[in-house]
Amino acid sequence: MLKMPLPDTAVLACRAEIVHALRQIVPGEGVIDDASELCAYESDGLTAYRTPPMVAVLPETTEQVVQVMRYCHSAGIKVVPRGAGTSLSGGALPLEDGVLLGMGKFKQVLEIDYVNRCAVVQPGVTNLAISHAVQERGFYYAPDPSSQIACTIGGNVGENSGGVHCLKYGLTTNNVIGLEMVTIDGEVLRLGGKHFDASGYDLLGVMVGSEGMLGVVTEVTVRILPKPPGARAVLIGFSTIEGAGDCVADIIATGIIPGGMEMMDKPATAAAEAFVHAGYPLDAEAVLIVELDGCEAEVDHLILAVEKIAGRHGASSTRVSQSDDERLLLWAGRKAAFPAVGRISPDYYCMDGTIPRKRIGEVLSRMRQMQDQYGLRVANVFHAGDGNLHPLILYDANQPGELDRAEAFGADILRLCVQVGGVLTGEHGVGVEKRDLMGTMFTEIDLNQQQRLKCAFDPQGLLNPGKMFPTLHRCAELGRVHVHAGQVRFPDLPRF
Amino acid sequence: MTVYRPADAAEAAEVIAAAAAERQPLELLAGGTKRGLGRPMRTSHSLDASRLSGVIDYDPPELQLTAHAATPMAQIESLLADNRQMLAFEPPDWRGLMGSHGTSTLGGVIACNLAGPRRVRAGAARDHILGFFGVNGRGESWKAGGKVVKNVTGYDLSKLQCGAYGTLSLLTQITVKVMPRPETVCSLLFRGLSDEAAIALSSQALNTPQEVSAAAHLPAAAARRSQVTAVADRSDTVTVFRLEGPTPSVISRLASLRAQLGGGEPLQADDSRLLWDEIGAVRPLLAAHNRCLWRLCPTPAAAPLVQQQVRAKLPSSEGFYDWGGGLLWLSIDAREAGADGGAQVVRNALRQAAGHATLILASDAVRTNVPVFQTLPAPLAALNQRVKYGFDPHGILNPGRMREDQ
Ligand SMILES: Cc1cc2nc3c(=O)[nH]c(=O)nc-3n(C[C@H](O)[C@H](O)[C@H](O)COP(=O)(O)OP(=O)(O)OC[C@H]3O[C@@H](n4cnc5c(N)ncnc54)[C@H](O)[C@@H]3O)c2cc1C
Repeated sequence: MLKMPLPDTAVLACRAEIVHALRQIVPGEGVIDDASELCAYESDGLTAYRTPPMVAVLPETTEQVVQVMRYCHSAGIKVVPRGAGTSLSGGALPLEDGVLLGMGKFKQVLEIDYVNRCAVVQPGVTNLAISHAVQERGFYYAPDPSSQIACTIGGNVGENSGGVHCLKYGLTTNNVIGLEMVTIDGEVLRLGGKHFDASGYDLLGVMVGSEGMLGVVTEVTVRILPKPPGARAVLIGFSTIEGAGDCVADIIATGIIPGGMEMMDKPATAAAEAFVHAGYPLDAEAVLIVELDGCEAEVDHLILAVEKIAGRHGASSTRVSQSDDERLLLWAGRKAAFPAVGRISPDYYCMDGTIPRKRIGEVLSRMRQMQDQYGLRVANVFHAGDGNLHPLILYDANQPGELDRAEAFGADILRLCVQVGGVLTGEHGVGVEKRDLMGTMFTEIDLNQQQRLKCAFDPQGLLNPGKMFPTLHRCAELGRVHVHAGQVRFPDLPRF
Repeated sequence: MTVYRPADAAEAAEVIAAAAAERQPLELLAGGTKRGLGRPMRTSHSLDASRLSGVIDYDPPELQLTAHAATPMAQIESLLADNRQMLAFEPPDWRGLMGSHGTSTLGGVIACNLAGPRRVRAGAARDHILGFFGVNGRGESWKAGGKVVKNVTGYDLSKLQCGAYGTLSLLTQITVKVMPRPETVCSLLFRGLSDEAAIALSSQALNTPQEVSAAAHLPAAAARRSQVTAVADRSDTVTVFRLEGPTPSVISRLASLRAQLGGGEPLQADDSRLLWDEIGAVRPLLAAHNRCLWRLCPTPAAAPLVQQQVRAKLPSSEGFYDWGGGLLWLSIDAREAGADGGAQVVRNALRQAAGHATLILASDAVRTNVPVFQTLPAPLAALNQRVKYGFDPHGILNPGRMREDQ
């Protein structure tokens, strides 16, 4: 288990006073200090970690957020922003001595601007609610995490969330064009807007994926897109994982970027089939779902092309959806893969590494070998189109030692991802979960540079500390300048 | 004035570390084609990264390419074309625009966050950088991001380098996302529309599900300068939309778009390519002799009003809308624009529309006197300044390029 920063006893000693001060800012039930109610906030989607916050605050206006931040900043109190709490990396894990800032009451769609193809929403609006708000005019918001019914756009910004459609339409970061945010010292900043870019550094780009560590997002402007006129899905079974992996590479090499391209291995397919009865081929070692969207002529053309490619790679079965209901059915199992796996195992631990597509087969077979080593099984569902793996490690938290083994197994999988040229996390974020693995990808200099960005936003380190960085440096220490001018490696270079 | 030409990233780091130790500001450049972009700098030394050149890793099905930062764009583009791929953000060639001759390089395109008319669908350079190696203003070699398309490990410091004009780090190696090249392209052209009508039609076109991948409106003066006969021949305004993709799809969508917009003349593939290159390159379509040139990013629908307001105060102004790029380009006679290059008029006109304006072309004196990039509200400016400090505490990397203090 990971260690969180030691709680500040001086802050904890003032709890009553802090609660009182916060109640002056957010009246009524917006400040929660009752232990039983605080339990609701003690963890996010990474449920192995639980800490009730010192106090939870649920503001309703930007002005209240400003006041809360000013107060916490001046009193040196830590703040952890939270959306729906579905983060799988512990990004919204509370701190014992911190204020949990729940943004769930920011629920309004403020403006839908079809002329400029964007929507302005509050951060507590769920991902799916944005698409619902614009569907009457045939529009949608493209990034579609599987958690989209529950997760908020503020959380999506925090994690730079992705989804099945991100291969073709981009991640959160490519679909957010403006933000309003409140800094730790209570300053309201606007980044971007309805127009492209902004003057100055791309701070909007940095805010997306910053895991609640740089500021509190209070408003989001997203791009909305006209819905493609049609979409069909092809379900392809393969007798080998390698065949499926090669098929994925070949589809892309041919110049096709499908709307979505997802893979499930045999255990995941079995679990999903038992859950939704979509008619998945249970004898296949790997199942690929490829969705082609666009006008009818394009979809028909690409379906044929994909079927041909699948044939070349030894597909054992192919099924093309004949109606939208059938298309949704083919997706249903993939979309419900997590809960489906939840039914075959008391607990599961979801990993999120990305690897170069060409290494898929190799990484999956290495994972199978590791299963024996750890005595735990793995089911794999993943965004094959972009090489983003979601190995689900099955374990039982009630068996002593299994959680620790699952965590060690997960860490090994992520190290393997980095080893083959990939990264620790494709869309779930570092949070507390992968914090201590950052060193496998980055040097100390890389990580110090990351932290210096953090220092520009939050010099006292009050916003969501204990996440992302394995070692926390004080900003003053990072600001010190050591220049190694004495070490001359290239004596022939001209000197100033 | 010394020009340092490091042979590799390690040498570059040593040059920068030495410069940091002696507090010697450095101009960073490679091909030098966009040297005139931004505020003029007064540095006595420069670091020419041109030797950091060459493609390191390119595997088409992985949709990524890694190259040393000063690899010529021409080399990258021809390699991609050979594999029927492309940089989807269509980095425009601005040599004509900047009046420069060298070789444009990948690092320059990234540092200036360029984008072409496909922006509305594909984004800008910022949306295509996956990771990089660089050297910060302390002379430390560091990296961020990775080589895979999906990655949220750590802050997205790759995007931060895009549009930082080399003020945060010297980029030494860059990985970008690449995409398949569309099988075919064609455009649909309308004539004689007023600015307002053209913008309304553009909005309508982009709001159809026909995946319009670029939209532009050329007032008559701009249209006349095009090399594409069908665009130039009638002395009339031209509004144009682009469709790309597999051939059967483009044929079908063209028919649908014509039905939805009530007509339009198709423009065939070669003409279409030439026209969109001209739009990206800007220079072919606008008077440039003795002019100040502005690049405006307004809230889209407000652009015609902005253009009218500038025109009312500065009648010599002419321009065109790269609508897919979200841009209004304005060229103003330098004498009429005066000592501030028209900054006050342009930025006042932009005020209600929100957005920002960049002074792309003007004399060194004008670009020294007025903010080339839009001034930021004080708290945001202070934050930008702290960000800069975090990368370059002594202010030795391209100092003053973006703002007096940056
Ligand atoms: C079953 C399941 C399926 C999932 N599928 C996917 C998937 O397909 N793709 C994917 O990318 N993710 C997926 N996730 C992960 C998760 O849903 C996303 O990370 C989501 O974006 C989190 O949103 P949230 O509102 O729950 O945010 P939270 O979990 O509350 O917070 C996430 C992070 O954002 C910060 N944050 C939240 N709101 C704000 C704000 N207003 N201002 C500043 N910071 C803020 C928090 O501090 C935290 O660091 C899944 C999770 C589950 C449980």
